[in-house]
Amino acid sequence: MPSLPTIEKDVVKRATSAPDHGAFDAVTAGDHDPAIADYCQRLGDDALILGQRLSEWCGHAPVLEVDLSLANTALDLIGQATNFLSIAGDADKLAFHRDVLDWKNCLLVEQPNGDFAQTTARQFLFSTWQHMLYERLQKSADERIAAVAAKAVKEVAYHRELAADWMIRLGDGTEESARRMAEGLDWCWRFVPELFEVDETLQLLIDRGVAVNPQSFEDEYRGAVGAVLAEAKLETPAEQRPILGGRRGHHSEHLGHLLAVMQFLPRTYPDATW
Amino acid sequence: MSAKEGKGHDWPLWEVFVRSKGGLNHRHVGSVHAPDPELALRHARDTYTRRLEGVSLWVVPSAEIVASDPEQAGELFEPAESKIYRHPTFYDIPDVVKHI
Repeated sequence: MPSLPTIEKDVVKRATSAPDHGAFDAVTAGDHDPAIADYCQRLGDDALILGQRLSEWCGHAPVLEVDLSLANTALDLIGQATNFLSIAGDADKLAFHRDVLDWKNCLLVEQPNGDFAQTTARQFLFSTWQHMLYERLQKSADERIAAVAAKAVKEVAYHRELAADWMIRLGDGTEESARRMAEGLDWCWRFVPELFEVDETLQLLIDRGVAVNPQSFEDEYRGAVGAVLAEAKLETPAEQRPILGGRRGHHSEHLGHLLAVMQFLPRTYPDATW
Repeated sequence: MSAKEGKGHDWPLWEVFVRSKGGLNHRHVGSVHAPDPELALRHARDTYTRRLEGVSLWVVPSAEIVASDPEQAGELFEPAESKIYRHPTFYDIPDVVKHI
């Protein structure tokens, strides 16, 4: 008679650390996984709100060529948002029929455009972070997230380089451009710590290998930002009291105004098609 | 941005050339304004390759292009009009020639 397999010592540990659903229902379980939906809303909301902000420049940029590059960046971001929000649920519904308290974007992306220097500072700080994040998200345990990140990472690499180019040119440009660049950077700086915040939802997904722990690349981020600031002859701004809470729906007054513009049409004419 | 604040209007002009796919020549597609070569390439990318038009880009300062004088078009180009024998298709190829 064949003997039963030996009971391994760590069997209890292995049982408790196993996922709470079997291999066969992994796909359907993922579709309705509230933690993954939350995470994809964060990723999608970041991209969509910044995309909407950048599109406000359309027709108003300093020169035609910059107008086009800002609009290109905006469209890339809105495309990424569509992909991430489609994982979270119905992308259109999430974009156009959601109130301000339910948005999970970081506070940096909803900040007003200000002048071109402030827009550049915001783009540089965000795209550098987003690029490092997407690079790592390509290895996410969730294949859908990994696929979106793999497609978007090249777009974001370009956004990052373009923003860095402008940081250097404006920072190391005229007296006026350097002053405006320093002021724009100063405005955005207090929103950087939020990018590296890890809350309970995020920690849960980091443990499952779905999300990336942003703290794992914080040193690299600070180093990369510092290198560009040095080349731009800009001082690293003094640490300010960080402003947090975007992921929990605590937004600045600016987001409501942005949503009013973005959501007006589908909310007023819900059956409109184009 | 007012002309007083903006230096954009002083940016030099760059001619843009796009290679649509490997093996083909770069073709002139237009021009962009930019303060320096790196940003000229970025502007060319954002203006002329956003619909998958190319795999390679050149930018050249417009001021560096040496152009022929339109006033001299007659003497430069018209003499070629009457010389159709300069086209290989002008000549009949004898049937006995198999490979040409």
